[in-house]
Amino acid sequence: MKVFVPLDSAAVALGADRIAEAIVAQGAARGVSVQVVRNGSRGMVWLEPLVEVVTDKGREGFGPMTLADVPGLFGDLSAHPKALGLVEELPWMKGQTRLTFARVGVIDPLSLEDYVAHGGLVGLERAAKMSKAEIVAEVTESGLRGRGGAGFPTGIKWKTVSEAAGEQKYIVCNADEGDSATFADRMLMEGDPFTLIEGMVIAGLACGATKGYVYIRSEYPVAIRVMEAAVRIARDANVLGPAFDMEIRVGAGAYVCGEETSLLNSLEGKRGVVRAKPPLPALQGFMGRPTVVNNVISLASVPIIMAKGAAYYKDFGLGRSRGTIPLQIAGNVKHGGLYEVAFGLTLGQIVNEIGGGTASGRPVKAVQVGGPLGAWFPPSLFDTPFGYEEFGAKDGLIGHAGLTIADDTTDMLQMARFAMEFCAIESCGKCTPCRIGSTRGVETIDRLARGDASAMPILTDLCNTMKLGSLCALGGFTPYPVMSAITHFPDDFARAKEAAE
Amino acid sequence: MLDSHVQSDRIAEILEAHQGLEGPLLPILHAIQAAFGYVPDAAIPQIAKALMLSKAEVHGVISFYHDFREKPAGRHVLKLCRAEACQTMGADAVADRIKAALGIDWHETTPDGRVTLEPVFCLGLCACGPAAMVDGRLVGRVDESVCAEVAK
Repeated sequence: MKVFVPLDSAAVALGADRIAEAIVAQGAARGVSVQVVRNGSRGMVWLEPLVEVVTDKGREGFGPMTLADVPGLFGDLSAHPKALGLVEELPWMKGQTRLTFARVGVIDPLSLEDYVAHGGLVGLERAAKMSKAEIVAEVTESGLRGRGGAGFPTGIKWKTVSEAAGEQKYIVCNADEGDSATFADRMLMEGDPFTLIEGMVIAGLACGATKGYVYIRSEYPVAIRVMEAAVRIARDANVLGPAFDMEIRVGAGAYVCGEETSLLNSLEGKRGVVRAKPPLPALQGFMGRPTVVNNVISLASVPIIMAKGAAYYKDFGLGRSRGTIPLQIAGNVKHGGLYEVAFGLTLGQIVNEIGGGTASGRPVKAVQVGGPLGAWFPPSLFDTPFGYEEFGAKDGLIGHAGLTIADDTTDMLQMARFAMEFCAIESCGKCTPCRIGSTRGVETIDRLARGDASAMPILTDLCNTMKLGSLCALGGFTPYPVMSAITHFPDDFARAKEAAE
Repeated sequence: MLDSHVQSDRIAEILEAHQGLEGPLLPILHAIQAAFGYVPDAAIPQIAKALMLSKAEVHGVISFYHDFREKPAGRHVLKLCRAEACQTMGADAVADRIKAALGIDWHETTPDGRVTLEPVFCLGLCACGPAAMVDGRLVGRVDESVCAEVAK
């Protein structure tokens, strides 16, 4: 009997380890030989822990599993109360275009054999026969843009590093996925680490870089463990090649280190303070040397582009947003999880049709797209198609494609206050608009909360200063959640004066 | 409290083990904290000397990052996510009830040294919030019953 039980953090947080132990124990008690494979998550978090049993029909799913549901896995499966049928046939799975996440949840994340059997290393083999310029051209042609949030064309970044002079160059993977509502990087690293490694080796070939670092946030213990093991396996199997090596580095709880220059300082062992640009990291990055800094999903999308060709990838999407995007549907949502699909679905389709509305059953009030620095969208903007420019045109951003859904009990003034408070806690302190502006922002919103409407022009002006005057996206984008809350939910900011006044 | 010689010997071992790394300070600090539960003051001059940094630079790095402690934590560390996705699932109310049950606020340790309560901004469990981490173990859909796990 072969059973899959996810090792994914979300599954584990909902009890997957205990379920795996119980399945082994139950098998032993019944004298049934059980092989438990710890896979990644299929992305249906509301069904976790989702156990899959291999039968002659395929992989049948059961979830959300409790300990009481375990004995039933050894009886008539069709009568099991948590039976979901074939996992591949579930609507959530069938609606997706899984390119980057094709193997996540399917394979044993630490089996290189599984990886190769499911199409792994084909992209690297092709890249190894190409020149640096040809690899860069292929990635550029695919239209892949940085999935970390900024959306900068990956191929152009690689070209700069590839053509830069320098004995030593680096590939740095930004796995400091600190935005609330985002977990695609985590799921990819936990569920298919070799894809990221393959992408980094290809980047190394394209840029002439011989050393790679993956900077993973300390809040992701499972991803750190899986990636460290995967790098050892890849190194021992010569997947890294003769001229490339890589290391896993662990962050230390600073949100701002998700910003690329701050990350580089942190990697160098310094305070995670933002650097002014120029110089670009592509020319003077880690240790002052030419460095590619790419997000996990950007790098993990490279193997499929190299395996199937730029045209295949580019065919998906809309406008200047090419390929697929792993949506992370989170917060107060009925069906939350990861859903990889071509760009272009509307926000309303994502929230209502895929997500199924709120978990609480109450009406959706707002959706924050792009993490703590993203704008809150009201249902009146649900016709916005999911794409970089399309969200930009509505004074928002897609960021790392995380969506936080909030129901009608949410107080948008409090959410705006939290955005400023978060910025104050996490500001690196280098530039004044962010360091001071965020604290003044909290105070000004508190004045509004007390019914002092005269604070509104000050807050608007402050947001403008932060937006235009900050060195990086932390101070520069904190105005997005604040101003969008004010614009779309003015009633929440029109507080009655307190009786004392 | 460890004997100071034992402590400095262990730190010397850690420094030795990290030789040759590019930018070794964060890995060193993580290793020291893993060994002692915090980064002792006495480690600062030792690290500074080994890496040819000033003591102020080392202190500056330790104090910049939320993860590094300058004194020991309680026997248990309970981290609760305060970020937006968890807030939409009632994280603030859960945190208030846990604070009341433990009688402490953020960053505080119960007087009996049993548990330290810390905020965390995102554990990547945003579709099963509110999220928590109890002594390194992840918990989804957390509520105040988690206090039972840190009762001893």
